[in-house]
Amino acid sequence: MDWSAINPAFYVASVMVAATPLLLAAIGELVVEKTGVLNLGVEGMMIIGAVCGFITAVETGSPSLGFVGGALGGAALSVVFAVLTQFFLTSQVPTGLALTLFGLGASAMVGQSYVGIVPPKMPQLMSGADLNAFERIVLGHDAMLYIGLAIPVAVWAVLRFSRLGLILRAVGEDHNAAHALGYKVMWIRFGAIVFGGACAGLGGAYLSLVRVPQWTEGMTTGAGWIALALVVFASWRPLLIILGAYIFGGIAILQLNLQAAGSTIPVEYLSMSPYVITIFVLVLLSALHKYGISRAQAPAMLGRSFHASN
Amino acid sequence: MILRRTLLAAAATALALTSGAFADGHEKLKVGFVYVGSIGDGGWTYEHNQSRLAVDEAFGDKVETIYQESVPEGADAERVMTQMALSGAKLIFTTSFGYMDPTINVAAKFPDVKFEHATGYKTADNVSTYSARFYEGRAVQGHIAGKMTKTNKIGYIASFPIPEVIRGINSAYLHAKRVNPDVEFNIIWAFTWEDPAKEADAAKTLIEQGADVILQHTDTTAPLTVAAENEGVIGFGQASDMAQFKDGPRVSSIIDNWAPYYIDRVKAVMDGTWETVQTWDGIDTGMVEIGEITDRVPADIKAEAEAMIEAMRTGAYHPFTGPINKQDGTPWLADGEVADDGTLAGMSFYIEGLTGDIPQ
Repeated sequence: MDWSAINPAFYVASVMVAATPLLLAAIGELVVEKTGVLNLGVEGMMIIGAVCGFITAVETGSPSLGFVGGALGGAALSVVFAVLTQFFLTSQVPTGLALTLFGLGASAMVGQSYVGIVPPKMPQLMSGADLNAFERIVLGHDAMLYIGLAIPVAVWAVLRFSRLGLILRAVGEDHNAAHALGYKVMWIRFGAIVFGGACAGLGGAYLSLVRVPQWTEGMTTGAGWIALALVVFASWRPLLIILGAYIFGGIAILQLNLQAAGSTIPVEYLSMSPYVITIFVLVLLSALHKYGISRAQAPAMLGRSFHASN
Repeated sequence: MILRRTLLAAAATALALTSGAFADGHEKLKVGFVYVGSIGDGGWTYEHNQSRLAVDEAFGDKVETIYQESVPEGADAERVMTQMALSGAKLIFTTSFGYMDPTINVAAKFPDVKFEHATGYKTADNVSTYSARFYEGRAVQGHIAGKMTKTNKIGYIASFPIPEVIRGINSAYLHAKRVNPDVEFNIIWAFTWEDPAKEADAAKTLIEQGADVILQHTDTTAPLTVAAENEGVIGFGQASDMAQFKDGPRVSSIIDNWAPYYIDRVKAVMDGTWETVQTWDGIDTGMVEIGEITDRVPADIKAEAEAMIEAMRTGAYHPFTGPINKQDGTPWLADGEVADDGTLAGMSFYIEGLTGDIPQ
């Protein structure tokens, strides 16, 4: 094969773009899970974000407003989940699954007349064919990509150093104790769920406005599920989300590059590699946890409903 | 037990009433369509759905068409077909290669229902197959691509390693190589028909590795969207005209026009003249249309392409005319020999000059 055909600067820049939707959706879900809520509706919120972001950007001509629209769309759908699971105490797993199915269907309906339209282009800090490697990797992106990198850092700082972070974690580790201390468990979870929805919406909008960019029904094709896996992969540590998303994106893009460059590795193996490696890492992590080499940080209340009467 | 009987009886009565309503001589023919992608993909499934609408248009209230989108190729497909047959569909079009075995299986259970399977090769008493000679369109694309590439690298986004796709690669390569001996094909197998993000990534990768022509055998417009962002890169509409990219990278297209065939087959069921056929039509009947060649293509190349289209329409030219060797150098077609349909239908080898292996 012809290794020289793969330009490392192009490669890294593409990986960053491919990883951003996953990163955004995963960091949102991490915050949700940190408060003890498991929302399996990430895929649905992403696709709603993708279609809302796309429509907003096309109608207003502004991709920045498109991202706002995407975040609002994802957040709006997550409110449905929040109301059902927090006030009506529905089981989180089926409610989340229903959210995904609903999101896929609703987005297809809403987006019908937007198929085949090219959205306004998100401006990049630097663009052009003659950028050097540094410029292409560090500066050759749109603002949203940098925001996507900043969010996990901000989440890490808030969870680790702030009072708000302590409260969020308290709710996720022991909701009865948090309740006894006078924290409004339901509303704190409500807020976290909406934050998660907004992040998933941003991730979806990044897909339809930057990465592809166009609207097609069902265009997330499982990205939401990968985002869920990334949260486990990262052991609920915000900064590891960045690493996980870049590894997954890196392998996905690498396999395309290897194919195009005429690699002798059979295509089937290349094609399945991102998923195989995800499974492998998850198994490895749980082995590490089992033998106490690394500590699992799954919130103790994950997936459990809370009612003040308990 | 008694309760259950009563319920059953009630259900039977209800059923008799509903079917009775249609038994006054104006019974609608129910026609089902199983789609692999979404009708909004702008490509393959979109065109099948346009042709379904043409059936509605042609027969008015004498038909009722139903469809199911995004049906996975496998056990789910059997479930969908069975459901359609049980709900009274008398003719079912299954519009993807991967529905071949499910179609045969379900057809065996419903001998009174006619099935039409697209792009496959297995038939039965109540299963016909139909496909289009897309490789004729690929020949035109290869010609234009070979003439217009400046980097001599052509990127090809392939879906699944099935004969249909392999034929397309061979045909495009053959005709690109003929006009440009230095041309090189970089092929990415996406293993999907419809995944915009992956298709876009694949197009991006091919362009980054130097390709300035992108050919695609996946169903969405995502590769053209990426091509549009890169100056000097051209592409082609796949399965549908993708006319919204005419001002940009799209220089021509292959359009699948299933409408005449669908109307024909629906009529055959109505008249009771339906029988098993294996239809494989090309440019000559209009099942394969070549979308307008834009001005981005220099006039002389355009004229050559149009001459080739005309020669295929009249039957004067067959894209697979020897001498052609297989990838390993063994002769396939002798000088002047034309490929037979049997070999083409099951094509599972690259022709000489292509690099890499076909995934198994």
